[in-house]
Amino acid sequence: MNHADLTQYLDYLLIAMLLAVGFAIVRLRNLFAVVMLTGVYSLLCAAWFVSLDAVDVAFTEAAVGAGISTVLMLGAMLLTARESEPAGAGRHWAAFAVVAAAGAALFFAIPDMPVYGDAESPANAYLGRDFMERTPQDIQIPNVVTAVLASYRGYDTFGETVVVFTAALGVMLLLGFGSGARRKDEEED
Amino acid sequence: MLEILAERFNYIPIIILMMIGLYVVIATGNLVKRLVGLSLFQTSVFLLYITIGKVFGGGPPIIVDDGHHGEDAGHGAEAAASHGAETADHAAAATDHAAEAADHAVDAAHQAAEVLYSNPLPHVLILTAIVVGVATLAVGLALVVRIREAYGTIEDDALNAADYSLESGSAE
Amino acid sequence: MSPHLILRVISKLLIPLIVVFGLYVQFHGDFGPGGGFQAGVIIAVAVILYALIFGMDEARRAVPPTVVRYGAAAGVLIYAGVGIATLLMNGAGEPLNFLDYDALHPDQGHHTGQHYGILLVELGVLTTVSSVMLAIFYAFAGRVPDIPDEEW
Repeated sequence: MNHADLTQYLDYLLIAMLLAVGFAIVRLRNLFAVVMLTGVYSLLCAAWFVSLDAVDVAFTEAAVGAGISTVLMLGAMLLTARESEPAGAGRHWAAFAVVAAAGAALFFAIPDMPVYGDAESPANAYLGRDFMERTPQDIQIPNVVTAVLASYRGYDTFGETVVVFTAALGVMLLLGFGSGARRKDEEED
Repeated sequence: MLEILAERFNYIPIIILMMIGLYVVIATGNLVKRLVGLSLFQTSVFLLYITIGKVFGGGPPIIVDDGHHGEDAGHGAEAAASHGAETADHAAAATDHAAEAADHAVDAAHQAAEVLYSNPLPHVLILTAIVVGVATLAVGLALVVRIREAYGTIEDDALNAADYSLESGSAE
Repeated sequence: MSPHLILRVISKLLIPLIVVFGLYVQFHGDFGPGGGFQAGVIIAVAVILYALIFGMDEARRAVPPTVVRYGAAAGVLIYAGVGIATLLMNGAGEPLNFLDYDALHPDQGHHTGQHYGILLVELGVLTTVSSVMLAIFYAFAGRVPDIPDEEW
């Protein structure tokens, strides 16, 4: 394994920043700060995705996670509240117990996971490599992610497009079409 | 044990990040912040998948073609082979070409096999999951906005209290 | 609105560039990172920026909510239409597969059918994703907050 790679220090830095932003989100009560920090978190994730060779995912995370979701959360926050109430002590300890138990279970499962960065691990050795070799013959486009997304897995992507469409339908049913016609005429309830 | 963990150190911060998201979901009563926690959890799961697909020394899964030579040779082989089947006259010459081109294609394939790439399959999964995630987040936020309009609050203790008082009010 | 003169001028310069970049991401998705999902979001972001700077009414005049609603459905229909076209255009004796792009073009040596299919399908994804993101944004922005501004 090739550990002597300078980019790993960049990874450590990004992980440290992710953890700092995560704890800050837990501590803060001002929702505006929380929403903006979520955008920062997404952007840091996108940076780490680039370092992990997932350029398509990084692109999507930067555009969707840091862009659109921040805008949507700001819009929702504008319509709802500015501050969140602090958690009660009982609730804090109950949540802490659940998190500690779940975290310990996940930690216990780490030795069963594939080794980080190993090309021969079961997760990477078979199917992924197979698609890398088949794409030049079957589809002949360089970006394997696009090839798998649009062709090999086209049926799935169709389903996901329908999911996105259905989500817009749900939002429009809940909030109206946003044409501005029904401004304040909901006084009857 | 320590060595096993050191080989898999990437999972440790990701589990901590996941647990931060889970804590926010359970411990906060504010529905917007709870959705923020949910998206933290979601992004940590994305990180988990992508780190599994990482290969040290590998590149992004975009195939590097050393010039278009290898591809063209591949096409040449196929086209020449089909021509050879069609026209008996040029059969000999065509098969010569085909053999030569096939050699090139094999060379190119050999070169391509030595280049390491990260696993593209987790990338595809997570790519669509991100977009579906923002769509479901939007639906959740729309529900929160409607709850705010109906109850005047988005703290779940106050929502519970309002529901109970509504029930006791209708019972009278 | 008048105090934001610099913002207005700069964003007027930037918005066309954002849209062009979105189209580049869309059509270069076969060769580099990118594709319909990312391009759709980028194009939606261009309109959202316009709405933030020039106000919702101007944005609704530029991209009417009706267009957005029809666009969201049209993208899904394009995607499904490609699938049905592959069913109809299939030659005799070949297996019948939904979204099997090889049926779109007879040239199997260069896989032209696959390239056409991916292009068309990504176009459907672009239409749906950009329209859906805009529709969601319009839905949230069309509500008037009833929290007084002093609470900020």
